[in-house]
Amino acid sequence: MADKVITEEDFIAGLKSGMTIGVGGWGSRRKPMSLIMAIIRAGIQDLTIVSYGGPEIGLLSATGQLKKAIYGFVSLDSIPLEPHFRLARQTGKIEATEFDEGAFYLGLMAAAHRVPFYPTRAGLGSDMLEMNPELKLVESPYPDDSGEHEELVAIPAFDIDVSLIHMNRADQGGNGQFLGPDLFFDDLFAMAAKKTYMSCEKIVATENLLDEGSVHTLRIPRIFVNGVIEAPRGAHFTECPPDYERDEDFQKLYAATAKDPDLWESFKSRYLEVDSHQEYLRMVDSREDGT
Amino acid sequence: MRRSDICIAAIAECFRGESDILCNPIGISPIIGGRLAKATFAPDVVMTDAVSVLAANTLPIGNQDAPRVIESYAPYRTIFDILWSGRRHVMMGATQIDQYGNQNIAAIGSFQRPKAQLLGLRGAPGNLINHRTSYWVPNHTKRSFVSNVDVVSGPGYDRMGEIGRPSNRYHDLYRVVSNLGVFDFDTPDNRMRLRSIHPGVEVSEIIENTDFEIVIPENLELSRLPSEAELEIINVIDPTELRYSEVQDA
Repeated sequence: MADKVITEEDFIAGLKSGMTIGVGGWGSRRKPMSLIMAIIRAGIQDLTIVSYGGPEIGLLSATGQLKKAIYGFVSLDSIPLEPHFRLARQTGKIEATEFDEGAFYLGLMAAAHRVPFYPTRAGLGSDMLEMNPELKLVESPYPDDSGEHEELVAIPAFDIDVSLIHMNRADQGGNGQFLGPDLFFDDLFAMAAKKTYMSCEKIVATENLLDEGSVHTLRIPRIFVNGVIEAPRGAHFTECPPDYERDEDFQKLYAATAKDPDLWESFKSRYLEVDSHQEYLRMVDSREDGT
Repeated sequence: MRRSDICIAAIAECFRGESDILCNPIGISPIIGGRLAKATFAPDVVMTDAVSVLAANTLPIGNQDAPRVIESYAPYRTIFDILWSGRRHVMMGATQIDQYGNQNIAAIGSFQRPKAQLLGLRGAPGNLINHRTSYWVPNHTKRSFVSNVDVVSGPGYDRMGEIGRPSNRYHDLYRVVSNLGVFDFDTPDNRMRLRSIHPGVEVSEIIENTDFEIVIPENLELSRLPSEAELEIINVIDPTELRYSEVQDA
């Protein structure tokens, strides 16, 4: 089994400006934040993010690295609307392609299955089609019981260069394990992209993968993973159960920076302009209450 | 009797007669009302714990540590699968709703450059065209019951009429519950109709707070009051009285 463990520097070396990046997780849940922070430190520009969006979309729009967001929603869960995303939308700072949440799943699945689209009723009658004039309708080749050929929305396969996911555990070969309540769509993100990088809380020996979870938790097979990065607390400040809950205080601090440019500048210099994930964590842990 | 508790009972009534579906209310009062329906007259619906399982017991709202009797697993992917199967009745919020039931939770102003970015389309386009949907509007004013919504997240009866069959065959926009009354679309042209008025509300109050002509039936029905037994269950579901912060008394 090839060893796919890489460093953060190796990961960054594989990225370039203008790429489309798929990000796993859901809202403010199990997001590969250490990899997002690495992208911010590296200053990679003109990115398109495809995700069930959370702070990765807000942060990258605030740093000016996000060109376009393709999403089912952008939320911090306990804060229903991502505040930096709200700001970016209201100031016209980013391009946006918004899908019905279920339709987004189909775009991801189409990419994973290498078909050009999956059909759905979702979008007919709503403004989703008007918002996204590139979306086309398709007529069923099969008549229904009354002889009608139903028209459906063809959700195109997302064209993703690189996907980033964060798992609780992984082995050196790239087999990933989630131990929390929901895999979300991380397996589809891994399959949908040309390359997938997986961070994890801890790398364990393959024979120890079943120590903490049943076989049902092994949902990322290594054939879909190009690099594994060990990043303890790599999802901070989003939640990563059972390893840790969301850092709600830190999330509130981050959210407040959308309303105050001075606060954003100090947040940026303290937490984003650091040398490494380890230093980021040191800054997080050494903060005083309420800062 | 607090207005909020009347609203909770009215929300619960939306799920009367349902069985073998995912009862999927979103928001404080809808979740309390849905759980009340399941605990009383709609025991055969299933409901999530708001995380990833279907819980058979009556859960208190917002308490992640409450013991759960887990009857099945329902991660987000499964919720979409259930949604497409049609075995679901969702109750969503509506920042704006018009007389045909078009709902907006996406943006105020244009989508391209919103004056105010709201939650987004979320699951509304798929919900409306796949299964029964109801809405909850805790603050019934001319700003929420509008003549035209800025963005259509969930399509109403006029939009679905234009689409026609067979695409619209699962569209089932059922009820709208507000802090003033319960509304449906059981009219010849599917315009919104006052189904029942909450005790303590005047019809004029509804007309004055609605920015379109609402159909008022000749014989007005009153929304029912929750029973003592129901109030006890509501208190079990919402012991910290979150509901009272959502709906003000008159």
